[in-house]
Amino acid sequence: MNPPIHHPDTALARDTARIASALGGAPQSRREALRRTLFGSAGLLLMEPFVIRGADQPIPAGGAAAKSVIQIWLWGGPCHIDTFDPKPEAGREYSGALDAPIETNVSGVRIGQLLPELAKQADKYSLIRSMTHGNNGHETAAYLVQTGRSSERDVFPGLGAVVSYFKGYDAGYEGLIPPYVVLTQPQGRFSEAGFLGPRYKPYATGGNPAAATFEVEGIVAPGISEQHQRERRNLLAGLNTLGSALPGDATIKTVLDSERQAYELILGDAGKLFDLKQEPDAVRDRYGRNTFGQSCLMARRLVEKGVPYVTVNYQGWDTHKQHFQIMNRKLPELDAGLAALLEDLDGRGLLSSTVVWCCGEFGRTPKVDNESPWNGGRHHFGKVFSCLIAGGGFKGGQVVGSSDAKGEEVVDRPVYPADLIGSIYGQIGIPSDSPLPHPQGNPTCVVPKEEEGVPTAGLLKELV
Amino acid sequence: MRLLIAIFLAATPIRAAEPHPVYETDHFPELPVPAVTPSDRIDEAVFTHLAELGIAKAHPCSDAVFLRRAYLAVIGTLPRDDEAIDFLASTDENKREGLVEHLLQRPEYGDFWAMKWGDLLRVKAEFPIKLWPNAVQAYHKWIHDSVRSNKLFHHFVQELLVSSGSNFREGQVNFYRAMPDRSPGGIASTVALTFMGERAEKWPPRKLEAMAGFFANVSYKATAEWKEEIVFFDPLGDKDLLHKRAIFPDGTPVTLDPGREDPRAVFAGWLLRPENPYFSRVITNRVWSWLMGRGIVHEPDDFRTDNPPSNPALLAVLESEFIASRCDVRHLFRAILNSRTFALSSIPEQDTPEAAAQFAHYPLRRLEAEVFIDAINQITGTAEEYSSPIPEPFTFIPEEVRAIALADGSITSSFLELFGRPPRDTGLEAERSRTNSAQQRLHLLNSSHIQKKIAASPLVADAAGGADLKATAEPVYLTLLSRYPTPEEIATLKAHVRNSQSSGKSLATDLVWALINQPEFYHNH
Repeated sequence: MNPPIHHPDTALARDTARIASALGGAPQSRREALRRTLFGSAGLLLMEPFVIRGADQPIPAGGAAAKSVIQIWLWGGPCHIDTFDPKPEAGREYSGALDAPIETNVSGVRIGQLLPELAKQADKYSLIRSMTHGNNGHETAAYLVQTGRSSERDVFPGLGAVVSYFKGYDAGYEGLIPPYVVLTQPQGRFSEAGFLGPRYKPYATGGNPAAATFEVEGIVAPGISEQHQRERRNLLAGLNTLGSALPGDATIKTVLDSERQAYELILGDAGKLFDLKQEPDAVRDRYGRNTFGQSCLMARRLVEKGVPYVTVNYQGWDTHKQHFQIMNRKLPELDAGLAALLEDLDGRGLLSSTVVWCCGEFGRTPKVDNESPWNGGRHHFGKVFSCLIAGGGFKGGQVVGSSDAKGEEVVDRPVYPADLIGSIYGQIGIPSDSPLPHPQGNPTCVVPKEEEGVPTAGLLKELV
Repeated sequence: MRLLIAIFLAATPIRAAEPHPVYETDHFPELPVPAVTPSDRIDEAVFTHLAELGIAKAHPCSDAVFLRRAYLAVIGTLPRDDEAIDFLASTDENKREGLVEHLLQRPEYGDFWAMKWGDLLRVKAEFPIKLWPNAVQAYHKWIHDSVRSNKLFHHFVQELLVSSGSNFREGQVNFYRAMPDRSPGGIASTVALTFMGERAEKWPPRKLEAMAGFFANVSYKATAEWKEEIVFFDPLGDKDLLHKRAIFPDGTPVTLDPGREDPRAVFAGWLLRPENPYFSRVITNRVWSWLMGRGIVHEPDDFRTDNPPSNPALLAVLESEFIASRCDVRHLFRAILNSRTFALSSIPEQDTPEAAAQFAHYPLRRLEAEVFIDAINQITGTAEEYSSPIPEPFTFIPEEVRAIALADGSITSSFLELFGRPPRDTGLEAERSRTNSAQQRLHLLNSSHIQKKIAASPLVADAAGGADLKATAEPVYLTLLSRYPTPEEIATLKAHVRNSQSSGKSLATDLVWALINQPEFYHNH
């Protein structure tokens, strides 16, 4: 990490603090206001503009190992037996053409044959082969996996929003970049802020990090040069007739403040974080020159700057038809991007403080459907699926739980979504019984309690 | 008394500042003493109180400001450029009253106020309210029809409180379904919030329990039709005999006999007496806060003894107007909209919180999310795509449907969320956010969403063809800000042309972009 910069410009440092609060979109909390009064801009002088907690700083009180989480979301549901839980012995009726799994660098652990790079990194991650919730609907299952709950009446927040709530602006996060970033498209209504409200929604970048210019929604506008941006900004200021008529107005002041903050991202250094051209070509190649690979690289750049939660939404895993053709195309992308991410984080000393988890909303039917119109497809399968988890204090090289010979039933140590989520919260310093602000005031904790009727088989103690 | 008022009015400090050339005028019809019209009585109450407190009021607003303010406040819609040109050119002395009358009859009035009521009555298909789309349509239609036909307010509430029937056929029964907690106590606390403007969680628990007795016979049953539910009065439904302990919220005891009469009707009979302090002043204060940006009792759904009105005489005037009109909401609108108080400039003479709480000037109010996106679509000639994700397959909403006319709170977009559309979970007014944030600014300044709309706009093409800068600027100013550009603004534009070598389409694009991003555009002022 760079040494702290002693910023000569107090006003700029103060702006930085305001940007941090205003990007959340809601009035600052009392705690935030208090902290600011206590430390004022003097405290901020010691901070680099958008670094919050550097990698070399001690683990915060409470003993949390992790500072950030990267969620690799295989949207649509990847097949567990083609990836992390291969079953070649079940025959080609099940494994199809992918019947030759490969050994990893951890003795006795095999993974799918299209994941050779990940096979070299197996000591860095663990595999949960007994994920289960039993739901086969995309939205409900995605909600289950990311909230741990199947509540009927309330919309609970997903992991990212909960981390943003406990580790974002309300907890002293000062970054210009919002504390919960999604690359590149959000999942929508069932997987985001829920009743926590829009302040904790993710900031979705839009654009394509693998394109010549990564057009980050709101930050990098297509076809507008920096020069033109500056001229427009002048025009904007010159035409603010109402603002000039209301010099002391509090609303106008908020408008101008938020505008200054927005321009810090549009024209200032903070927005440059999204410029992947700053990375060496070799690094970009290693991650893979595709949307997923470059999103993984972008995720690394974000956690490096202290962003607490980054989700990479990787689409295209809902393979009812042409399953194997699609796997031949996608698994090498997943392999390169995820392996490079783990290796890169590790090389930079960031893996120990960054949880990486990779999973979809469910697995896929282990038996290949060769009937028309599927002709070699796999369908939704919520009874058994796999999850890769690494870093942030989670042990590597382990396998948790197992499925039967055909990958159709959990045999031992089921892991329910609430168990997985609770374990991740634990690593980032959010105890399971931390209260959530339920809209009707019902006592609610981040990890559902057994009496709520949510199945659980206990936190992943074996991995910490 | 009359003399006293005259003295107070005369004692109001005289402003040193001249009226602002764009936003203000010095023309203001004298307030007659004694007051003649309902609007006069409102102004008398406001101005007398201001004088007593020694607070100077703002200048009257200009015609251009009035036009825009009235459109946005009454129908949630931006005036078109031709509407602005006509209004500004009119020499009719009563053109402001004429405009108010016109707006009260516009179809958008129904859309906009059905949206507002949709927030309070929690009209949404999905969690946590879960009305289901068909029921949302029925509920919204009932609200929309009631608003458009100006159903007298006590009838409106009566129908909501005592109705029974199918959620798909009798829209108003969804009132009893649109609450996360359907227990008698849960219903009572929703009724208290919605119609009595009180938060039952601040009551002693005994008071809520006593009110719950009126709702203990509300029952629900499914039918053979998918998601249909019948709300009905079940004389035998009160298993815990809660009705035996029922007391009116004002402490008046009552004897209920569910075998003979629906206790909800007994409650409605008590609530809906015009002189009931729990009734008229709550709705009049709400209407005032909707039009004026702040309640006399603030928040408008937090009535309690330790939250007094900022101007009790004003609240009393509104209440008596409302009662005299037999609970006519549109009459109340008219009285407020035609007042001098509504037409005060937003440039404060005295910029203090007290002046704001006493309505000495009109507040700046960021446009509601729905109004905002509709305005952007109107000026750029574009549309949004809205769809309802349940039941599958998705239901797509026709392009011409504006955001203020969306029935279902579950139908949303990232723009609506970013700009504070309420989730409609609780029925609290404060659910709707009208604050400004950096993320919103980022979206307006630089998102592809807005840039694409500007690029597609016929207005850009029109303005680009202007013979000179003035001809370029005028249609843009009239379309976005409902006024003509000032010479200073033309000069700024000239400097921009000089510095950026911008011309034609690119200049017009820059100008539309710059005005969309002005606080003058996205605030009602």
